[in-house]
Amino acid sequence: MNTRLDATMPFGNTHNKLKMNYTAEQEYPDLSQHNNHMAKVLTPEMYANLRDKETPSGFTVDDVIQTGVDNPGHPFIMTVGCVAGDEETYEVFKELLDPVIEDRHGGYKPSDKHKTDLNAENLQGGDDLDPNYVLSSRVRTGRSIRGFCLPPHCSRGERRAIENLSIEGLSSLDGDLKGKYYALKNMTEEEQQQLIDDHFLFDKPVSPLLLASGMARDWPDGRGIWHNDNKTFLVWVNEEDHLRVISMQKGGNMREVFNRFCTGLTKIEGLFKEKGHEFMWNEHLGYVLTCPSNLGTGLRAGVHVKLPNVSKNEKFGEILKKLRLQKRGTGGVDTAAVGGVFDISNADRLGFSEVELVQMVVDGVNLLIEMEKRLEGGQSIDDLMPEQK
Amino acid sequence: MLNKSYLKEVFQSSMLKDVMQPNIMFVQCHLLSGEVFILYCVTIISKNYSNIIETLNFKRATHYNGPYTVLQSVRQFQQPIQAQKAGLDGKQVGKETLPPPFTVSILSDGPRSQRSLSSLRSLSDCGNNMASSFSRILSSKRNVGILSLVGAGSLTVGLLLNREQHVSAGAPVRRVYPASAEYPDLRKHNNCMASHLTPAVYAKLCDKATPNGYTLDQAIQTGVDNPGHPFIKTVGMVAGDEESYEVFADIFDPVIVERHNGYDPRTMKHPTDLDASKIRSGQFDEKYVLSSRVRTGRSIRGLSLPPACTRAERREVERVVVNALGGLQGDLSGKYYSLTDMSEKDQQQLIDDHFLFDKPVSPLLTCAGMARDWPDARGIWHNNEKTFLVWINEEDHTRVISMEKGGNMKRVFERFCRGLQEVERLIQEKGWEFMWNENLGYILTCPSNLGTGLRAGVHINLPRLSKDARFAKILDNLRLQKRGTGGVDTAAVGSTFDISNLDRLGQSEVN
Repeated sequence: MNTRLDATMPFGNTHNKLKMNYTAEQEYPDLSQHNNHMAKVLTPEMYANLRDKETPSGFTVDDVIQTGVDNPGHPFIMTVGCVAGDEETYEVFKELLDPVIEDRHGGYKPSDKHKTDLNAENLQGGDDLDPNYVLSSRVRTGRSIRGFCLPPHCSRGERRAIENLSIEGLSSLDGDLKGKYYALKNMTEEEQQQLIDDHFLFDKPVSPLLLASGMARDWPDGRGIWHNDNKTFLVWVNEEDHLRVISMQKGGNMREVFNRFCTGLTKIEGLFKEKGHEFMWNEHLGYVLTCPSNLGTGLRAGVHVKLPNVSKNEKFGEILKKLRLQKRGTGGVDTAAVGGVFDISNADRLGFSEVELVQMVVDGVNLLIEMEKRLEGGQSIDDLMPEQK
Repeated sequence: MLNKSYLKEVFQSSMLKDVMQPNIMFVQCHLLSGEVFILYCVTIISKNYSNIIETLNFKRATHYNGPYTVLQSVRQFQQPIQAQKAGLDGKQVGKETLPPPFTVSILSDGPRSQRSLSSLRSLSDCGNNMASSFSRILSSKRNVGILSLVGAGSLTVGLLLNREQHVSAGAPVRRVYPASAEYPDLRKHNNCMASHLTPAVYAKLCDKATPNGYTLDQAIQTGVDNPGHPFIKTVGMVAGDEESYEVFADIFDPVIVERHNGYDPRTMKHPTDLDASKIRSGQFDEKYVLSSRVRTGRSIRGLSLPPACTRAERREVERVVVNALGGLQGDLSGKYYSLTDMSEKDQQQLIDDHFLFDKPVSPLLTCAGMARDWPDARGIWHNNEKTFLVWINEEDHTRVISMEKGGNMKRVFERFCRGLQEVERLIQEKGWEFMWNENLGYILTCPSNLGTGLRAGVHINLPRLSKDARFAKILDNLRLQKRGTGGVDTAAVGSTFDISNLDRLGQSEVN
């Protein structure tokens, strides 16, 4: 069906054949200062085994690991250190990626199967998170279009093709999902300002983690933002993945947000299928995305919630861990919380279904709010301590 | 018709009569149709070259659609090879382990055939007569005769490559999308690459690759990612290897013409002159001149340049250069500090001396891929007197800097020339040489540094002159440029300026 798969992509930051003039030892990267998943796993033997392989589109192990080699990491934060250039990367370089995935996703084994559940009906409750505490609710995920290379590896022609397909598909959405596409390179000043004010605009990545993998090449060519007229459903095209799909609104009605999310995603998938394209998905890895950390559901469901008292409690970290949640500042990853307002979201991506993850967020946030109320009243929260989920 | 008797005829040319002991013979034949055939045999060639013919095998290589040049590459491999020894009667007498050979492959005569001949003259004899034989042969006029013998095609001859599958001369890139779908959007761009990369040029070059596999898209990536500044026109492309300038000449040549004020590499020759004794009055008044400095870059022929090199190649550059620098004596003797295992103390000292270079942050450099694997195989070498400094694997294979406080530019230049020539001699002893050719001079990563790659300058106090309205014009007429004392893109502090030459290509170093 897809003849694209046997063509070699023109861009690569390594010379696949040239390297083979040198031994594996001579080419093996110096990972002595490194602290990331890739460096933990890539032994010289593994490198020697993998270095003469390439995916049908020409992605090699050196391409996979370049970002991990260039970014030694942080003693406290364990980054992944590898990316996929196409769907086949996860197959051809299994030897490297399976242990990385296992380590990153809490022991997920190569034989495990991942459940996908996008039926919003299966969510219990979630429509009444206390709006006195929950400022906004949001669910995001990513999708990749099968048969195309991923952002680290795609050529300009390919990226533009992805953009065109996305525009076509999205323009068929109707009802409360009806919306408009704004290409980054043709945006007017006015549109740009509006998108910034709505907190929709994404910028050229500056993180060296992303830049070193090659996903920012040719910026802003082929990139853009689509959102519906109600500004509650948003799609980023060709940023870190082919598509990033976001559903959000003010307040605590996570159920509605998730509902719209599932409806929108299912509709988009249907529209792509009508044109003969499907999303990259398989039984073992779920939805396939660029970064191994986003495999499975690729889902991050979260709220901005006021927790000034709970967050000061010495057991805050432990509570979150038991609830399988993570905290971030309201500026996103790597930012600090402002005014006791935290971004609380699910920690997992793979091994749990979408419904399960959102359920964890809903239940967990409800518990945190209860704890917050208790602490406001000067009471103890000991009896509320959760079990490990 | 490519067959054994045809080749026998070719081999009976004078070229191979002098060949004594290459280890494995490989012949690369380029036909005018663009097909490339690789032939190899595993026999030591003795004077009886009929041996070669008997054991020749034909093997088809991949296509190479590029224009022809004379010198394709000089490459030295580190592994010894097993060769079969054949006696004069052609019978195999046993196997032998031979020292690492090097390859010289020469392609047919195309429009630029003269360019690379001079490079072979400097090939030294590293225990293998082949080098000197070739240099004798090719520096004479006979090679033209040899090439014409081939008739329907043209002949390349090379020495051993120990793994046959790597002799492919640049696998072409198969595209799914037509060139028009891949052509970059350069409407908002202001750099030399964008000015000259028309859709037609892109379409012509986009399927080509250098023998190392470097493609046009890679060369222009930095220019696509960095649209440039309305006032400052950057170059917008880099070379991944020496062959890039050849294979992608259709874009590099106009860029060079623009950047180097009309110097046309297709027709003009660049003079190289490193004879410091020719400098007249190179001593400046130290009341005004605070320091003097000369810098250039050099690349090691046969290894890819920083945008494209693999980790092993980069480490090889480091090894070759550090070895050579270790042989410097007298006022030039010094020490190497590798970036990966530098001590805190050494690092602080190098910072205080203003010698340390950092990982590049400029997107112009990082988008070209030259900061990959940092800090692997990068380092700084300097002499004990701290007047001669070499950066390894930063923006180029090597950056060579000679400097001292005060105004004795003649001495700085003298040390510069002497140091460069010593280093060149030392690498030649081991069978390496610098990338250089007649039209482009010394080959470096960025086209703006071709030719001499030289920036000679002083830090000078010019409080009154700099305020004169005619200052810029004076500098222009003298073919000088000013910068702040922090380097390019800095402002002058007080009234101290960095004044240096404007040109790089078309004038010799002495000029």
